[in-house]
Amino acid sequence: MRDVAIIGVGVTKFGELWNKSFRAIGIEAGMKAMEDANLSGSEVDGIFIGNMSAGQFIKQKHIDALIADYSGMATRNIPATRVEAGGASGGVAFRQAVMAVASGMHDIVLVGGAEKMTDMDDTSINSVLDATADAEWEAGMGITFASLHAMMARRMIHDGIATREEIASFAVNSHFHGALNPNAQFRKAITLDTVLRSGPVADPLGVFDCAPISDGAASLVLCPLEDAKKYTDSYVKVSAVTQASDSLALFQREDITTYGATVAAAQQAYSQVGITPQDIQVAEVHDTYTVSGIMALQDLGFFKRGEAGKAVLEEQCHIGGKIAINTSGGLKARGHPIGATGVAQIVEITEQLRGSADKRQVPNAKYGLAQSTGGTGSAVTVSILEAI
Amino acid sequence: MSSVAREWREIPGRYNLKGTKCTNCGTVYFPSRHFCPKCRRAGIGKIEEYAVCRTGKVYTYSIVHEAPDCNDMQKPYAVAMVRTDDGVMISAQLVDVDLDKIEIGMSVRAVLRKLSTDGEAGIIRYGYKFVPMD
Repeated sequence: MRDVAIIGVGVTKFGELWNKSFRAIGIEAGMKAMEDANLSGSEVDGIFIGNMSAGQFIKQKHIDALIADYSGMATRNIPATRVEAGGASGGVAFRQAVMAVASGMHDIVLVGGAEKMTDMDDTSINSVLDATADAEWEAGMGITFASLHAMMARRMIHDGIATREEIASFAVNSHFHGALNPNAQFRKAITLDTVLRSGPVADPLGVFDCAPISDGAASLVLCPLEDAKKYTDSYVKVSAVTQASDSLALFQREDITTYGATVAAAQQAYSQVGITPQDIQVAEVHDTYTVSGIMALQDLGFFKRGEAGKAVLEEQCHIGGKIAINTSGGLKARGHPIGATGVAQIVEITEQLRGSADKRQVPNAKYGLAQSTGGTGSAVTVSILEAI
Repeated sequence: MSSVAREWREIPGRYNLKGTKCTNCGTVYFPSRHFCPKCRRAGIGKIEEYAVCRTGKVYTYSIVHEAPDCNDMQKPYAVAMVRTDDGVMISAQLVDVDLDKIEIGMSVRAVLRKLSTDGEAGIIRYGYKFVPMD
């Protein structure tokens, strides 16, 4: 197996991009990544794309062919593969691409993540999201995706793992950083009161506990680590990218206050790199809801069970704190175009480790981590990147 | 719209809480599974039908304020994860209940109710919901 490097990154603005189509944002992100990697395009020999539901959101399936065509790769008959793993589609696409380069099957791979959600009405969008849980025995019973997370939050509060205020504070942390990110959907800091008083979605969670509906795309260029210098002086090493699974339905779990798949993927990733959670200075975690963010901080080992909420409330997860969490603004403030999210997390960590994160820069970060989650923790990837 | 067959084949589980039990390890599955994830090959041919107990206690719950079209008329409504008295966890709606008086640990029982309608001409789906004991 070969070591793999990220030599280019690109991301579109996230938000309600009314004037841009799926194919337009997909290509915009890809072009930025190619330019960032100083490539002409003829070097690329494979494409992997994370996308959850273009078949429903824009009624276009076969988006691997669409992207290959519009990126010009189809003129050279370059293979393109679309990956779907619910909310983890982007994370899993990244992992597939890393495996392709590491194995020697491919040399220069373009990774894309894209979702165009606002071409559909809000109610129908929510039905698509509900189906990332168990469509028959959860969604089919009237149980929304938000209410599954609300039930986790209720149980965490009941078991004394986090208070309602501590859970809500995750959104404050995300918005604090989102205000510093020019590509974020929401660039405004908020207070705890804003979260606690926001309209109810699934009690105890309100609107400000939930990631928004977004359009957006992100892209990466990968190559063997030993070749990276041929293209750029500004690259990072992919030290580990692991993936784990769990039951599709939340009610099939022994414990709904932890994601076993996050714990498993994280332990494997730390062990592959030979580091501990305390060696990570910056991380992007999958905060579809505030409660999933708090849970991630515990499952990734950054804080002990019962202490993550307190740490976030005390602003220990700001840039300059104990560990910088979701410097991009996370899913809550940067936005959550589903298939793009896992790839955008890798873009942010890459920017942090090569020192190009501008106002969000975490000083002297050596290791960064990204966690991408599908459904209620049914699929999780954990990636650890290292500064060179 | 869904086909009739898709709804019809789930009737044993939805109406009567029929799951399965692996007689090799004793684990009960709801919804039914015909392959035991714990025993895998050793459980093949050893799965039998099992009727889950219709009473239990609320393990956790939420009040849904934003719902898909098929449930829009019911909102706000309660959903819960219920641990049945024989230890099986089930997620379902909690109805005929004062939304302010739901508590973790409260005793509930399963009833058959309308779940949703698929538009004006589609199938009316029925299945289990839970109500307070009394």
